[in-house]
Amino acid sequence: MSCTENKARLAERQEQWQGMVDKALARFPERKEAFATTSDIEMKRLFTPADVEAIDYNDEVGFPGEFPFTRGVQPTMYRARFWTMRQYAGFGSAKQTNERYRYLLDQGQTGLSVAFDLPTQIGYDSDHELSDGEVGKVGVAIDSLADMEILFDQIALDKVSTSMTINAPAAVLLAMYIAVAEKQGVSSEKLRGTIQNDVLKEYFARGTYIFPPQPSMKIITDIFSYCKDNLPNWNTISISGYHIREAGSSAVQEVAFTLADGLAYVDAAVKTGLDVDVFAKRLSFFFNVHNNFLEEVAKFRAARRLWAKLMKERFGAKKASSMMMRFHTQTAGCSLTAQQPDNNVVRVTMQALAAVLGGTNSLHTNSRDEALCLPTEDSVRIALRTQQIIAHESGVADTIDPLAGSYMVESMTSEIEAKALEYINKIDGLGGVVKAIEAGYMQQEIGDSAYAYQKSIETAEQVIVGVNKFTIEEAAPENLLRIKKEMEIEQLESLKAMKGKRDAAAVAASLKELRQVAESGDNLLPIIVSAVKTYATLGEVCGVLREVFGEYTEA
Amino acid sequence: MDDLVAGLLAGKVRPLAKAITVVENDRPGKRELLKKIYPQTGNAYLLGITGPPGAGKSTLTDKVIVKLRQQGKTVGVIAVDPSSPFSGGAILGDRIRMQQHALDDGVFIRSMATRSHLGGLSKSAVDVIHLMDAAGKDVIIIETVGVGQDEVDIVRIAKTTVVVMVPGLGDSVQIAKAGVMEIADVFAVNKADRDGSDKLISELRAMLDMVKNKEKPEIFRTIAVDDTGIDELVQGIYAHGDRVLETGLLRKKIVEIAESELRAYLLDTIMERSTNMASYEDVVKRVADKKITPMDGVDEIFIGLGLQKQN
Amino acid sequence: MDKKIKVLVAKPGLDGHDRGAKVVSRALRDAGMEVIYTGIRQTPEQIVATAVQEDVDSIGLSCLSGAHNKLFPKVVDLLKEKGAEDVLVFGGGIIPDEDIPGLKEAGIAEIFLPGTSTEDTIAFIKNNVTQA
Repeated sequence: MSCTENKARLAERQEQWQGMVDKALARFPERKEAFATTSDIEMKRLFTPADVEAIDYNDEVGFPGEFPFTRGVQPTMYRARFWTMRQYAGFGSAKQTNERYRYLLDQGQTGLSVAFDLPTQIGYDSDHELSDGEVGKVGVAIDSLADMEILFDQIALDKVSTSMTINAPAAVLLAMYIAVAEKQGVSSEKLRGTIQNDVLKEYFARGTYIFPPQPSMKIITDIFSYCKDNLPNWNTISISGYHIREAGSSAVQEVAFTLADGLAYVDAAVKTGLDVDVFAKRLSFFFNVHNNFLEEVAKFRAARRLWAKLMKERFGAKKASSMMMRFHTQTAGCSLTAQQPDNNVVRVTMQALAAVLGGTNSLHTNSRDEALCLPTEDSVRIALRTQQIIAHESGVADTIDPLAGSYMVESMTSEIEAKALEYINKIDGLGGVVKAIEAGYMQQEIGDSAYAYQKSIETAEQVIVGVNKFTIEEAAPENLLRIKKEMEIEQLESLKAMKGKRDAAAVAASLKELRQVAESGDNLLPIIVSAVKTYATLGEVCGVLREVFGEYTEA
Repeated sequence: MDDLVAGLLAGKVRPLAKAITVVENDRPGKRELLKKIYPQTGNAYLLGITGPPGAGKSTLTDKVIVKLRQQGKTVGVIAVDPSSPFSGGAILGDRIRMQQHALDDGVFIRSMATRSHLGGLSKSAVDVIHLMDAAGKDVIIIETVGVGQDEVDIVRIAKTTVVVMVPGLGDSVQIAKAGVMEIADVFAVNKADRDGSDKLISELRAMLDMVKNKEKPEIFRTIAVDDTGIDELVQGIYAHGDRVLETGLLRKKIVEIAESELRAYLLDTIMERSTNMASYEDVVKRVADKKITPMDGVDEIFIGLGLQKQN
Repeated sequence: MDKKIKVLVAKPGLDGHDRGAKVVSRALRDAGMEVIYTGIRQTPEQIVATAVQEDVDSIGLSCLSGAHNKLFPKVVDLLKEKGAEDVLVFGGGIIPDEDIPGLKEAGIAEIFLPGTSTEDTIAFIKNNVTQA
């Protein structure tokens, strides 16, 4: 039969089926009048070959490891090596966190991921007045190289890859990591890992900014340039949609705003004279994986394809490695419920499966108790086991991109790509990401989505099991992990002791030089590396930069 | 009440805040309060800052406050945001950009919602200005989106009104709207690093050339986020204030303000007393049934109030 | 006339997660209240100074970083210092159950945990504010 005959037959049969549907609807109405995803994309009753007719397989879907990377970035994907199982961890003191890391590595985790406390993320020492009550709470407290040495004690930095969730002061923490490695006898070109270093999303989704956008972009491109020459295996940025989603965006907004940030970084780097085919391979991404399973799988595929096209079209990237989007994924923290917390294990399992079917390169699975507090060791182990079960038992990793060719998934992939591109064009029209942030555009869009989602839960249009349906009376949860009050005091004491022991003149001299370099506009990395080696603190280094660059205030 | 007034006149924060609530919510004692503080008013420099949403008014206001504080002046700020027409509620977010002054005793910031009742905002805002004035604030800034008659009325009473414009918001339309040409004493073209600021300024100049019988406002370029042009703007504001004083315009303005306040209260008082009359509803009913004309109705009410009927 | 309830929604500490604070602000607005939102990274001193100037009826504090035990009681203490102890203070965030009695004893009128309906928060404010 010819292609036209086939199409005609399909249309005819669909019409017949519609007749059956109408009869069924007359007797049993559907659960909702209309079905849609979080991004307000219509979920049709049925997808058929007609929905993918316009999608050219060779151009739009293609083969894994080849442009536009819809099916994945490596030719063999998980048949060669599973995704990196990387659990984000950090709390209390460097010593406590070091113990957790060594436990996780013993349990078969393949990469480290450092959570820093808020003072560290905002460039304050533990003894700063604004740090009061925050020390060691959401991550580990790092004041100086001395803490960093303890954090990686007995962990060989040439054997492990380390991801650090650090943005505004990323240069300082990276410098400390380099210095610790040097003490271990590991040269910087052997270091593998990632710094988040994505300041743009801090202004509109996460809040741990320090400097205004202009100097922030300058520090970021300084890092690109320094790493190109000194840390060739280091991912210099992790452009993050995770927090955009956590702030309440839809899946489409997550893709759009993340890629818009990515374009701004590439643009800034190209403007400083860096060659896109030299630095772009070290860009990495970080996404959220939320509850709507099929939309999430399609989201990852759409993000890869759109990024590849944008890099080729806008920046003339030539190498495949400059166009391939590699990303880490974390299951959605905001989807965890404080009610019936064990149910979270099930949520996390499905989210993790969506990330794997979407071709993630590394994955963090949340622990069931994170809507209540920091995760306990038991909870973290179950979360890691979830990934191991998907990898070793489910069989989904044995073939590449198994949902490709699904009428629904291919159609949704194209839809998400198109809608995300619309947003990116809108941001371009506003003068780019920085202007859009100043105008409050993304903040408003995300706020609208977050409020709509909350309302849908309150009207029970969106059911959350255990929250607005199937609720039970529950006793207060027990055995939660708490940070002891003494921790903050101990951290303050060790900071004070460290300051007493270091060579004060060397610290002063390095901070003076730092100021000169910052004012001159030269690359900041070499002087930051030598400053942290004198045990100048994070707060001291960031303090000098605050004076030179100023501080950002919320738009 | 006496404590409240004494505290307010001594420049204390909490009495001023409480007094503003009395005025804003039309609480009992408002009249007595205003009466007691009224003789102590008339000393503050009243500065209006207006412009379309997204022009950067709050950031600009924040930077102007910094300059005024450096000159040792105390500052009161009234930041106006619209009420939701659906719920009557409001999110008042202008303060976000001024929170660096939260702990400065020399700066008092109060957010106000428009509350969308006719004439309401301008009247209570003027009363709030009186309270801040009596509390000894040297400069009172009223920051508001320049849309709607109410808000235009507020800035009209300012000694100097700064209209903030920004490139790229549909410029010429923006200029022609809301009668900003007549209320502007000084223009600030903010975000002046953006494309289109030169074009905006030349369009502004062209439009100003068409306005007769009015001193031509000066135009300043500012980039409020990094403090560019703010010194010049503040100097320009004072220069305008001096000219107003020299030309005798100030007296004219004061009389105008007094007249508009008087008119507002007059209308309010007559309305309040009328609607409180037992026969009011009956008069309305008879007008509706075409038994009497509205003018006859007014006569009846006036007689009821013990006033002479109109000729 | 029914008086407007004025609420300050504030984020004390360094935590930048403002989704909850912003959603609550919108919900209170849609319930007819006037909401003053001051953004992230506010010190208890800034929050209280703002509450006093704005003469609010209530303060909602949001903190997800775990610093609530230090920051929330400090807000209440400073309100007392300024003679503004009639302001109704409530809080929300990731707060372990075992901390709640201590916070209430310190003068926080209510703590709302993740999953709370904004309707509950609205009803709580309406039922508990004292308007002088």
